[in-house]
Amino acid sequence: MTKGIPDLPLVMIAFALSVFGIAMVYSAGQTDTVTFVAHLWKTQSVWFIIAVCAAYAASRASVRLLDWLTPFVYVLTIFMLILTLAIGGGAGTAASSKSWLVIGGMRIGQPAELAKLTVVLMLARVLANRREPPESLLELWHPALVVGIPWVLIMLQPDLGTGIVFIGIFFAMLFWSGVNWRLLLLIASPAISLVLAFSTRLWGAWFLLLLGLVWLYRPYLIEGIVLVCINVVTGVVAPILWEKLAPYQQKRLLVFLDPSIDAKASGYHVIQSQVAIGSGGWFGKGFTLGTQKRLNFVPEQQTDFIFAVVGEELGFIGVTLALTLFLALFLRAIRISSRANDPYASLIAFGLLASWLVHVIENVGMTLNLMPITGIPLPFFSYGGSFMLASWLSVGVLMRISREGRGRGDLASI
Amino acid sequence: MSYHPNDVSHRASVARLLLTVGFVALASAFFRAQVLRNKEYLAQAEQNRFREVPLAAPRGIIYDRNGRIIAENLPGYAVSLLSPSADSLRTAMRRLSNIIPITDDQVEAAVRRWRKNPTRPAVILPDAPFDVVAVLEERRVENPSLIIQSTPKRYYPDGPAVASFVGYTGEVTERELADSTHADYKPGQQIGKGGLERSYEAQLRGVEGVRYVEVDARGRVVRDAGARAERAPQAAKPLRTNIDMDLQQFVVSLLGDSLRAGVVAIDPNDGAVLALHSAPTFDPNRFVGGIPADYWRELNTDARRPLYNKVIQGRYPPASTWKLATSAMAMEAGLVQLDDHMSQPCTGGYRYGRYFRCWNKKGHGDINLRQAIEQSCDVYFYQVGLKLGLSRIVAGGLKLKMRERSGVDLPNETQPQFPPDAQNYFNERYGARGWVPGSVSLNLSIGQGENAQTLINMARFYTALATDGKAARPEIVTRNPERVQIMNLTDVQMNGLRLAMAGVVSSRGTANSARVEGITVAGKTGTAQNPPNLDHAWFMGFAPAEKPRIVVGVFVEYGEHGYVAARIATKVMARYLKGATAPVVTTE
Repeated sequence: MTKGIPDLPLVMIAFALSVFGIAMVYSAGQTDTVTFVAHLWKTQSVWFIIAVCAAYAASRASVRLLDWLTPFVYVLTIFMLILTLAIGGGAGTAASSKSWLVIGGMRIGQPAELAKLTVVLMLARVLANRREPPESLLELWHPALVVGIPWVLIMLQPDLGTGIVFIGIFFAMLFWSGVNWRLLLLIASPAISLVLAFSTRLWGAWFLLLLGLVWLYRPYLIEGIVLVCINVVTGVVAPILWEKLAPYQQKRLLVFLDPSIDAKASGYHVIQSQVAIGSGGWFGKGFTLGTQKRLNFVPEQQTDFIFAVVGEELGFIGVTLALTLFLALFLRAIRISSRANDPYASLIAFGLLASWLVHVIENVGMTLNLMPITGIPLPFFSYGGSFMLASWLSVGVLMRISREGRGRGDLASI
Repeated sequence: MSYHPNDVSHRASVARLLLTVGFVALASAFFRAQVLRNKEYLAQAEQNRFREVPLAAPRGIIYDRNGRIIAENLPGYAVSLLSPSADSLRTAMRRLSNIIPITDDQVEAAVRRWRKNPTRPAVILPDAPFDVVAVLEERRVENPSLIIQSTPKRYYPDGPAVASFVGYTGEVTERELADSTHADYKPGQQIGKGGLERSYEAQLRGVEGVRYVEVDARGRVVRDAGARAERAPQAAKPLRTNIDMDLQQFVVSLLGDSLRAGVVAIDPNDGAVLALHSAPTFDPNRFVGGIPADYWRELNTDARRPLYNKVIQGRYPPASTWKLATSAMAMEAGLVQLDDHMSQPCTGGYRYGRYFRCWNKKGHGDINLRQAIEQSCDVYFYQVGLKLGLSRIVAGGLKLKMRERSGVDLPNETQPQFPPDAQNYFNERYGARGWVPGSVSLNLSIGQGENAQTLINMARFYTALATDGKAARPEIVTRNPERVQIMNLTDVQMNGLRLAMAGVVSSRGTANSARVEGITVAGKTGTAQNPPNLDHAWFMGFAPAEKPRIVVGVFVEYGEHGYVAARIATKVMARYLKGATAPVVTTE
């Protein structure tokens, strides 16, 4: 083992992202009508320091320790999610949901944040224990269960955004464990059908492709037939049912899936976010000088829509810088993952990467209306203590894996 | 899992590739929004945060012929509120009503203005007094959506004296906005409502400027001045009129508030209106920025009808002032000349089917046309009317433009009443057998019957008598003077007529008591029968008779006799011709 800070590049990147993020939280508070947001950057800085300490602590814990702890933490997480459903409460825009663990009127935290970590750990454990990657849908029941239980509990809160993150983690880790891309496509097919259902032609083309895949996959005939049936349901029946719903019912269903969105106002919010970003131009309006933000046109500018502030004030240059930092972080995580000295650690690294990635793509995409609006934060940027802590804990785990990892040659000996 | 290094490195490559492609795609989406569509979004961001506050342009100043101000602009204050909804506007105004007086009507008016144009600040007090503005400025911080701005306010220094022709301004109404001719008007703007203010609206209006205030998402003003370059309003060019304010004031003082009368003075050579007044009058200054309800009620319930313009709207039988029209027709037709006598001398009446009276029961005896004009002998003109015959009287009246508006540059001029033809009109009115052309001719020849003229149109006719037979279109503002030949008489004939009219204002004539020293006034009195009420008094004339420079028409409702009007008219002429310094000496 080497002395000093393990994987300095990773830490530097995460550090840069955090400082960038705190600067943006500060800017988010600089509005013409001063609100509580003005002081949040201080709180966020304190959380940042705490988070870095926690990361260092995490980097001291060996991967074996994590391996040993994983089942207990997983069970604890499930228990907390159930507890949250029983006595939880909402906050902010999602006041009607139950995502916060509230005890005696105190908001303790969001167990879902913890769940993102523990699911990665547990899934890594389950997938690492197999000699070969799953080759049929049936063989996937075990990993599916690991993700499925907390996923159901979170969707019951309900919290669509976090639910999407879990699905992202699931697919990414299956991919990393070597599951055939055709199988992945088959698993994803119902969702793809649902997305493509708006256009008969697109869906038709997709359906033909699916039939081809099932043909290649013919050893598992029954599963194939079931999949085709599910695709027909999601691609044909669901849209028809959806059309039959009155607009207010559709809205109600959407709000049910994610109460953090106010179906009426969300359209306005996205437009204002797009206007903020688009009006930034090449170089932006200058740090703290975004008019859309200053005048409160950008909604939730310190949390969900903080990237709109980046776009407005720092322009395309600032956006590119932020995206480049994220890309660097992810490429570093891939490097760590591929150099880990055992499958378990490698899968953890990739799972953590996947979790971040889904957050970034969904959050950043949402500000430009490329993704549906869900209340999902941007790692290192969005204001929020537990998320900052969770992100840096991930950094700490990655640091540890990186330290334990070796050169490519050593891996071959396993 | 399969953890063979080759597999891992392969998957890592795939992951790197996918990741890079994904981020490049994401970055290009930002490039599209931020660089390619930057202008569009920038415009939207600007639109978000700026609210236009209109800056009213000062209306054109209206001058009289000597450069004296008839209408000007005083600094005033308008108070507006920016509001995202009608309800919040109501709430905000209710809150304001704790510190300044606001009536429910004002609230509703503001809400109507807001509905018409929600992005504009809704004007809540179009003309706020200074003390109200002071209170609001003090509490500005508590009401961040409030916009106070100075705005020009129309003012008429001579107020009631100019009301009859200058009109007034007011906020454009919803009905006016619905009219396509007002397509470029916006709610809350001022518009000329009557008189010159309306006739010359396009010229007087100026170009509205705009100022921007910066607002936040809740419509609160966060920056007022200098938020964005403003466009200064462009003041309109001044409007020069032909009105002689000295004469106008003199006319107003003559009529006072007790008479119900109209006076118009015109330069016969170019139609320039020197004075125009209808009494009783009103104060147009009180109309500006909304007419107070009680004042409006008072004006509308006043039996003397101050809002009814007796010069351009009032229609009355022209009575004996018409005898000059009859004379001109007969002379032009070659039927009667100034020295001709009629077959029957006046014995106080004339029998035609029934007995037609002369105003003078004693009779005028055997007289010629000149004397008939001087003494306004009805019997003489009955016979002229019979000689002319109905069709020539009707045709002659139409040629004299007695069925047309004078064309004065004021809105709402009434069209005079005169038969459009000699046959069908009467058939329709009385039935084919219900009338006798002769009797109709008799009535028409002395200015009674189916004939009702406005004072201004009679004045136009007299401009032709005063000159070479060309009638001048009355013009308060000089457009392009238009004179139309309506009489074809020789100079000798014209001079003869004028001499006869000079006789009217002489010891021999009916306006004997209206003479003024040093000026030869030519004219004609008229006493319009108005049973069962008192008769109306007319006088139409001009001076100096030799080379007329002013035509004056006076109409006094219930004035009883023409000389009442004549006395006013001759004083007006004297004032104009001799100036304010020379004492007007009448021989009353």
